[in-house]
Amino acid sequence: MIGLLSNVHIPHTVREEAKMASADQSQNSAAQPRAAAWRCLSLAITLVSAAACAPANTSMSSTPAPAGSMSTAAPSPDPRIGLRAGLMNAGETSWNMRVVSRTPPSEKFVGGVSSDLAFTGSHVIQGSFSGYQVWDISNPSRPTLKTAYVCPASQSDVSVYKNLLFISGESLTGRIDCGTQGVADTVSKDRLRGLRIFDITDLNNPKNVGNVQTCRGSHTHSVLVDPKDKENVYVYISGSADVRSPSELAGCTSAPLASDPNSSLFRIEVIKVPLAHPEQAAIVSSPRIFNDLVAPARHGDAPEDIAATRRAVAEARATGGFTATYDGMERVLPSDFIAEQLDSLVKARNGSGAATGADSAALRKALPAIIARLVGPTESGDGPRPGPTQCHDITLYPAIGLAGGACGGYGLLLDIRDPAHPVRISAVSDSNFAYWHSATFNNDGTKVLFSDEWGGGMQAKCRITDKKEWGADAIFTIENGQPRFKSYYKLSAPQTPQENCVAHNGSLIPIPGRDVMVQAWYQGGISVFDWTDAAHPKEIAFFDRGPADSTRLTLGGTWSAYWYNGVIVSSEISRGLDIVELTPSAFISQNEIDAAKSVVFDYFNTQGQQKLVWPPSFALARAYVDQLARSTGLSNPRISDIRRALANAESASGAGRRDALTQLATQLDGDARAASEASKVRMLAAAVRDLAAASR
Amino acid sequence: MTPALTTGIPAALLAAVAMAGCAGGTGGAVRASSPSAANERGDLAAIAKARADSARYPYTAADVHFMSAMIGHHAQAIVVSNWAATHGAGASVRTLAERIINAQQDEIATIQMWLRDRQLPVPEAHATGVKMMMNGAEHVMTMPGMLSEAQLKQLDQARGKQFDRLFLTSMIQHHRGAVVMVKELFGTTGAGQDETVFKFASDVSVDQTTEIARMEKMLVTLLLGSQSP
Repeated sequence: MIGLLSNVHIPHTVREEAKMASADQSQNSAAQPRAAAWRCLSLAITLVSAAACAPANTSMSSTPAPAGSMSTAAPSPDPRIGLRAGLMNAGETSWNMRVVSRTPPSEKFVGGVSSDLAFTGSHVIQGSFSGYQVWDISNPSRPTLKTAYVCPASQSDVSVYKNLLFISGESLTGRIDCGTQGVADTVSKDRLRGLRIFDITDLNNPKNVGNVQTCRGSHTHSVLVDPKDKENVYVYISGSADVRSPSELAGCTSAPLASDPNSSLFRIEVIKVPLAHPEQAAIVSSPRIFNDLVAPARHGDAPEDIAATRRAVAEARATGGFTATYDGMERVLPSDFIAEQLDSLVKARNGSGAATGADSAALRKALPAIIARLVGPTESGDGPRPGPTQCHDITLYPAIGLAGGACGGYGLLLDIRDPAHPVRISAVSDSNFAYWHSATFNNDGTKVLFSDEWGGGMQAKCRITDKKEWGADAIFTIENGQPRFKSYYKLSAPQTPQENCVAHNGSLIPIPGRDVMVQAWYQGGISVFDWTDAAHPKEIAFFDRGPADSTRLTLGGTWSAYWYNGVIVSSEISRGLDIVELTPSAFISQNEIDAAKSVVFDYFNTQGQQKLVWPPSFALARAYVDQLARSTGLSNPRISDIRRALANAESASGAGRRDALTQLATQLDGDARAASEASKVRMLAAAVRDLAAASR
Repeated sequence: MTPALTTGIPAALLAAVAMAGCAGGTGGAVRASSPSAANERGDLAAIAKARADSARYPYTAADVHFMSAMIGHHAQAIVVSNWAATHGAGASVRTLAERIINAQQDEIATIQMWLRDRQLPVPEAHATGVKMMMNGAEHVMTMPGMLSEAQLKQLDQARGKQFDRLFLTSMIQHHRGAVVMVKELFGTTGAGQDETVFKFASDVSVDQTTEIARMEKMLVTLLLGSQSP
């Protein structure tokens, strides 16, 4: 303890605090009046108490953010460059966002690794490699700790549904009894790799009601709430770590698929959880969604390409050409390759000149072996089979019947209408993507964004020397079930070599009529961007801190940043829980923020995407008007008229309001016929009509 | 990076002080704020550091061997990947090589930091292997997938399309070796408990498995031409 305290450089931190106090006033409305009781305690005791009595909303120094102007220009120079380092006192900056609270980890979780988030009611559950913490965020400026549950496992990916909490365990150290001592034996009955299930009816006293063990553990999981099945939920397990011994869990084997059809590789697991009897949760299927995966390591291979290959093969066969099966399908071999092979056959028989029919026949016979040698062993056991053996993460969007799987070198679209039997409908690959990490659909399911966790999150991949296409998001439109590449999005502010940084977890922000997303970039901070135009994503807000350590690369920063019921909650790996909110700007109006806040969820798991539905409100209508004003989708005088009509309707009540709104909606129908942005005007008309209907 | 265990600080003492601190407030909702905030932050940082230094799962000889060996394994990948720029490699192989260099240089730095943090010797990296002092004698580790002197020479002499072909077959062999090393690590009693080793080794396995698949497809394209019209 003495040694611990001697590390604290009190004069320095006190001085820093004095300096920052003025800067914080404009930035941090969360500054709390200090309880008088604390003053009587000695400094040393206060230091320790802070951790023990967490949550304490500490304030940190901030670089004054650019004024909340209505400028559309990004701040220059980028204020994220050159922020002061520090674990708990780093420099901060934000643009078009404001920090609501900063809450350090609770005592037992200090020094740990915070991971993903799930939300239920007014609570956020924050996973950690040490277990999980439950915070009450009903007052976002003062999160309070409900539970700090020590139960080590990485990565402790968390999800909730009703009274159940699901937690992923992948590491070799996870124990069934939640002990902290690890599991040294390669085979042990104490090890937990898979899914833990807790009953959180009493959030103060969670109960472990079941565990489902899986062969590769659970790196992540996704809870599928099937609209047709009220009795069960389904949990898709993605586990990318080593396959455990069959002596530890019967049936596990890392044998290649060719030699063992029960291989634990090349599949995902689907767990069915009876809601009334979570203790009966069990694996119901292990779908082999990767079978026969054909996709080249470049952009945009499409079904028509595959159809063209099939036509070419048929033609070659009819005319005596050479074909062979590789890369998942029969293909025509190029003539220069065949010429080279025939030539070598002629030479092998000490002949000269053109190849004979016998040479051709010999080549035809030898081709499968030649091709096999060229392409390399696939399932012979001396190396991994091409193609993914697992997914990193799967995002389920039951409202559209689709899931996005980020699986090894591929992004997959899966049909999930039969929850226990997902079926792959398309796959895409990308030569700039190292490791497909996760997927996010836009609300209407016409686009999907995949992220690339190049470097696994431990490495600094946002340095000025790192390519913008690497460790980025790739944005696709979905056309006839096939993803079509449109653009990359990567954090624009270069980070230091001491900051681990790559695309990571994020969610949609429910701004109506637009596709806006918030995303965590580890020590790159939080980035909010608009991808309504899939080919031109644009950053519109950010929050960032300096490195956790100026001398070395450490695992830190924001693991996940998700919008939940009006605020953005960020799980800071080493610094705790941050809550930030959007401030109005040239890119997002107050009406759009208010409309976003009108979408209220009972619970929220990012990997189980829920359809955003906006209740009728004046804010919703005005959000569309603001968007039309921003894009000049309607003329300025017309925008002014509409704003006046909405204000008049709002000041009226009952039938008067209803009639005013109905009249406006009818006018808007007319506007839509001539407007350059007809679809947005129609959305506005519908919002006004819904508002009229709600005004009864 | 390291799990937070309660063993890092005297928990009982902390709890006692915590109760004293909280007594005047409203239970768990007591808050410390501005004037003491900087001190709390310093303290949290100190606790975090103390735990990071003391409260790790134990590492084993197998972990040290794996981490040390992977320096040499990565070093060879970097050496041959650097040849892409000077040996007339095609665009796709140059891009691949560039990414291998970037990724594996960073990973070597991660390993070096892991070893240094534990006051373990950091082996020098050589393209032909890794030399370690073991029992007072210099010992060159042999590792799965490493290219032999003859293979290195052949690759170094190749140019253009021939280099691309050889590079891909060599790097597939090399990557497969790394995947085998991870498998051997996790098959060893007590290994992989350390969070950094577990995460690093798992990342090596999935990243390189993914890259093997990509290289196999590139090889097919290189040898047999692009099949899409």
